[in-house]
Amino acid sequence: MTELHSTSVGPPVAHHFEDFEQEHEANMLGMWAFLATEVLFFGAVFVAFYIYRSAYADIFKEASRHLYMSIGAINTVVLLTSSLTVALAVHAGEHKARRLMVGLMVATLVLGLAFLGFKAFEYYLDYQEHLVPAFNFAWEGANPAQTQLFFVFYFIMTLVHALHMIIGISVLARMIWQARRGSYDQDSTAVELFGLYWHFVDIVWIFLFPTLYLLRQ
Amino acid sequence: MSATAPALKIREPSYINAAYTAKSWLLTTDHKRIGLLYMVAITFFFFVGGLAATVVRLELLTPQGDLVLPETYNKLFTVHGVIMVFFFLIPSIPTTLGNFLVPIMIGARDMAFPRLNLASWYIFMVGALFAIVALIGGGVDTGWTFYTPYSTGFSNTQVIPMAIGILIAGFSSIFTGLNIIITVHKMRAPGMTWFRLPLFIWSMYATSLIMVLATPVLAMTLVLIAVERTFHVGIFDPALGGDPLLFQHLFWFYSHPAVYIMILPGMAVVSELITCFSRKPIFGYKFIAFSSIAIAVFGFLVWGHHMFVSGQSIYSSLIFSSISFAVAIPSAIKVFNWTATLYKGSISWDTPMLYALGFIGLFTIGGLTGLFLATLPVDVHVTDTYFVVAHFHYIMVGSAVLAYLGGIHFWWPKISGRMYPEWWGKVSAITIFLGFNLTFFPQFIAGYQGMPRRYYAYAPEYQVMNVLSTAGASILAIGYVLPLIYLIWSMREGEVASDNPWGATGLEWQTESPPPTFNFAETPIVTAEPYQYNPDGTFTPQTTLSVRQIKKEVAA
Ligand SMILES: [Cu+2]
Repeated sequence: MTELHSTSVGPPVAHHFEDFEQEHEANMLGMWAFLATEVLFFGAVFVAFYIYRSAYADIFKEASRHLYMSIGAINTVVLLTSSLTVALAVHAGEHKARRLMVGLMVATLVLGLAFLGFKAFEYYLDYQEHLVPAFNFAWEGANPAQTQLFFVFYFIMTLVHALHMIIGISVLARMIWQARRGSYDQDSTAVELFGLYWHFVDIVWIFLFPTLYLLRQ
Repeated sequence: MSATAPALKIREPSYINAAYTAKSWLLTTDHKRIGLLYMVAITFFFFVGGLAATVVRLELLTPQGDLVLPETYNKLFTVHGVIMVFFFLIPSIPTTLGNFLVPIMIGARDMAFPRLNLASWYIFMVGALFAIVALIGGGVDTGWTFYTPYSTGFSNTQVIPMAIGILIAGFSSIFTGLNIIITVHKMRAPGMTWFRLPLFIWSMYATSLIMVLATPVLAMTLVLIAVERTFHVGIFDPALGGDPLLFQHLFWFYSHPAVYIMILPGMAVVSELITCFSRKPIFGYKFIAFSSIAIAVFGFLVWGHHMFVSGQSIYSSLIFSSISFAVAIPSAIKVFNWTATLYKGSISWDTPMLYALGFIGLFTIGGLTGLFLATLPVDVHVTDTYFVVAHFHYIMVGSAVLAYLGGIHFWWPKISGRMYPEWWGKVSAITIFLGFNLTFFPQFIAGYQGMPRRYYAYAPEYQVMNVLSTAGASILAIGYVLPLIYLIWSMREGEVASDNPWGATGLEWQTESPPPTFNFAETPIVTAEPYQYNPDGTFTPQTTLSVRQIKKEVAA
């Protein structure tokens, strides 16, 4: 049940909480704990990648040179900008500036979609170059099996990241609709929680970009 | 007994009588009802897993493979392992007693995230559905460990649906753990300081840390397995540049801590039971509390002891071996503290206490044989024998299930509002204890003599031990079915329970049996340490006050 009860001060609070502060702290801590789970989730695949990276250093470097660093770099900028807009949206939410907040949320949404667009385009180019394992992988050079391993990890890691982006964008789209109706005017915790999640997805990319694209020399 | 505040008990409908429709159960966000939903689900899986074990034991009655085909046998022990581990033991105490008790014990109205709590049950059921589909579709024959490259390249069974089922169920376990952590941090009633928390809470908190931090690694590992198997690419396949040992590292990074997901909640229950039925304060409260945290932390550093014969570096084996010895220390601290609590206590032999004492005995044997296995040369000798099977059954079945049943009996009056039949309870506790030892002790001997695990046929000299084991298993089965029958019977016919039939100190006993939907009529104020039991049967409850009373007094 989510009936709300009002306390003497502040916005309405779900029935099982004493006051707004308790509810807010619980929600924030909950998101942090969830992100700790996510760190371990991505951590597992990063560890696996780096084990093979050290075992097949030269092969992985050569494979990395076949990724489009320019697209990766553009996406890094796009995603960092979206982190800025989401941080500003949280700030606007705290200052009860609904229209500004909605505008910044829309900007975040657009940047997120742009990231996915670039990423999809990059996948398309990878496909044309026969770099997609299990679908059309073809490698002229030496060590095709180990090279394919690099691309297996490249696709798993970026796809799992993209899945997190898609989930984030879907949630954000719904939240924009809610925000326009004023749902977060009294209590913008939800925007704050979303901001944490979005920053996390951003940070994962900040690790993915050098791991996959930059370790090539 | 000292008086409890009548203000905490304004009679309102209990959580059971709040509504009767199926919808009111299936859409509930009440942590107590969700605990019962979980209880129904995992009880079902316990008997599914038990059925598979029954056929395994029947096959092993004779040395020849004469009851089932070898392929069927492989599927049977896999089903038994997967179902018992992922769909019974991992969720067992945290999702049932944990769900029911954590908020009440700390004086909260509900979990921090009630809807997430309900969602976790549905996620669990979806995972369970995949597992059932995998079973109906022909089962899985990889063993519960899914070792590569067999699981990804060679097995012709339903590996993918089973992996998806476990992955999904894993998320329900993450959400339960997350909910418990936040609830303990943020929902404690006034006066409930960290060192006034019942030890049940400390252990559940430690368990939840493991659930939140280890389960995601298993999730990613299963994703990698599914990718390798579906697309025939080499992640763990040596033929394609992969490393099968990497799989074992990732798998055991989750699955060793998972052992503590199963046993820490058992320790949680036993800490409550021992002190209550000894009528003595727990000995070494802080030692027990911190040993739970220590187990959770060190449990993350010992996974390599499952890989001593895998060909991993001898130096890592040495390190994993020494840390495995170290992790035995906090477990031993608990056993010593429970024993010291019993010393000169005025012990009563109610059913929950029988289960708790059984737990200590079986856990000691299981834990000490664990030290055998942490010793490199001994482990090389007994690897993949029935010695290992016996060891982990003493922990995961002997200890964990005994604690679960002890807890169910202890809190049954609170959960159902009725008493279980005491005589039948004692019969079941003793039957299970005897049946369990008869089943698994001979396996130590057979294993030490060299009988390998996971074969459907065996050399004739092991038959005596196997006949004893199968005989024990049939006694054990009776012991497990008994509580199912009499507990269901007692829901209607049992004697009506008082609010605090054991004279226990925890907050859950200071409210009604069964509690109202929001647990307390008013938010309680915690005024005392836990476990203030006196030998003459009196005790100081953790609360005698409520917030509203204080406010009234201040106003006056
Ligand atoms: Cu282990």
